[in-house]
Amino acid sequence: MYTEQVMDHFKNPRNVGEIENADGVGEVGNAKCGDIMKIYLKIDENDIITDVKFLTFGCGSAIASSSMATVLIKGKHVDEAVSLTNKAVVEALGGLPKVKVHCSVLAEQAVKSALFDYAQKTGKIIKGIEDFKPDEDVHDHDH
Amino acid sequence: MKMIYLDNAATTQVHQEVADAMQPYFTQTYGNPSSIYHFGQTAQKALEEARAAIAPVIQAQPDELYFTGGGSESDNWAIKGVAYANRNKGNHIITSKIEHHAVLHTCEYLEKNGFKVTYLEVDSEGMVNPKDVQNAITEDTILVTIMMANNEIGTIQPIEEIGQITREKGVLLHTDAVQAFGHIPIDVTAMNIDLLSASAHKIHGPKGVGLLYIRKGIRIDNLIHGGAQEKKKRAGTENVPGIQGFAKASEIAYQNLAAHTEKVMALRDRFIEQIPKVIDHVRLNGHPTNRLPGNVNVSFEFIEGESLLLYLDMEGVAASSGSACTSGALDPSHVLMAIGLPHEIAHGSLRLSLSVYNTEEEVDKTIEALKSVVNRLRQMSPLYNRRK
Repeated sequence: MYTEQVMDHFKNPRNVGEIENADGVGEVGNAKCGDIMKIYLKIDENDIITDVKFLTFGCGSAIASSSMATVLIKGKHVDEAVSLTNKAVVEALGGLPKVKVHCSVLAEQAVKSALFDYAQKTGKIIKGIEDFKPDEDVHDHDH
Repeated sequence: MKMIYLDNAATTQVHQEVADAMQPYFTQTYGNPSSIYHFGQTAQKALEEARAAIAPVIQAQPDELYFTGGGSESDNWAIKGVAYANRNKGNHIITSKIEHHAVLHTCEYLEKNGFKVTYLEVDSEGMVNPKDVQNAITEDTILVTIMMANNEIGTIQPIEEIGQITREKGVLLHTDAVQAFGHIPIDVTAMNIDLLSASAHKIHGPKGVGLLYIRKGIRIDNLIHGGAQEKKKRAGTENVPGIQGFAKASEIAYQNLAAHTEKVMALRDRFIEQIPKVIDHVRLNGHPTNRLPGNVNVSFEFIEGESLLLYLDMEGVAASSGSACTSGALDPSHVLMAIGLPHEIAHGSLRLSLSVYNTEEEVDKTIEALKSVVNRLRQMSPLYNRRK
């Protein structure tokens, strides 16, 4: 059902945990739907993501998607990280079952939400998430 | 690594004696029971012997048993067959919210075809209240279909009390006994059951064979039309090897019922007692005592069932969950919703279903695995984190 890459990231998730005094924190999803993702970012003075951690409540693909998303943005400039798409997460994972694609959407939204938090805290403008609504329920109900 | 199989409510390992009993009917006695020559008649005789071997499990007469292709077919036949044959009497059916989909989806199909269905609530332990059955019966009610025991949470229903009500009111009673047959004592006469569904592969028999018990004199339409098999009630060449396997599995289940129950129940209770001792924030789903001997269903807070199953699989444990993510559905299991679990608790459910092949050592190993896997997932969970 899952690709080798998904199983790898599920079995050995990268960047699990929290960052104290994170520069940006984003949380999306809800327990009712069965998945919540929380992403913590450490960002330096040049707007480079120097560290990233995640906590996820969810199924195998939710954990793998979070893990992959953190790998894809670590060391990147915020302007690059903000352009991370769910499609890129799915591709990096070698594909997700159709009913699990919403997990990758959640991962993309979690990253954007954390970046939005960073922009809010610092007064910076990150192109692409000026109108981001962190409270919006991004869960894709169309399984 | 040897697998620890704890999904016996899904299907069971075929007993070696059962496989041996089936073997001759593939390559030697392969005749069609409907054929007139001696060879076919040998198969016909074997069918009748099988019926006689199975009947005691539910205290029925052998000629009240009709072989089918499995539990789902039996449920479909019982409900649709009774509904259409008794349409002149009424169009109302009563069932519960925690039935197997073979019953629920059949009822939904009938609703689209002019029947009215009442779906009874259950209490927080998964019990149907017989008074609710009584109150739901109207002049138009033709059938009550309530399962004998639930496949997810193991709760055993008060079928005997429900049977008294339906008999008094002159309404037919069907019970889906797929999980109960061969696992708990059943007496169709004492319980006033008119129709009962059972399946071979839940009692260490082969897949693809089941039965419908139909009390003599019940009006029921055919589901499968065609030849004159099963006294013209169920067409199709009989699954002779499968039926032989069903008979052998039934014999073993019936003769060893007390011993098997004692063994499996001890393993079940070991799980139920030990899990909360080593893992916090866990709850037992279903009835504490009035449950199938082999059923354990627990919810672990702050984690999701599919990831739990995948991690358990890595530890060599095969189990099942009511989480939405295991089925690709949005909502968690309808049974867990019906007993009133919040979504997030239902998502973290785990069903461990035992058989006589499981051992105490396997139970202890599974508890160890659970402890580490649940802990690992909780360390990853923002919900657990928030709790602290």
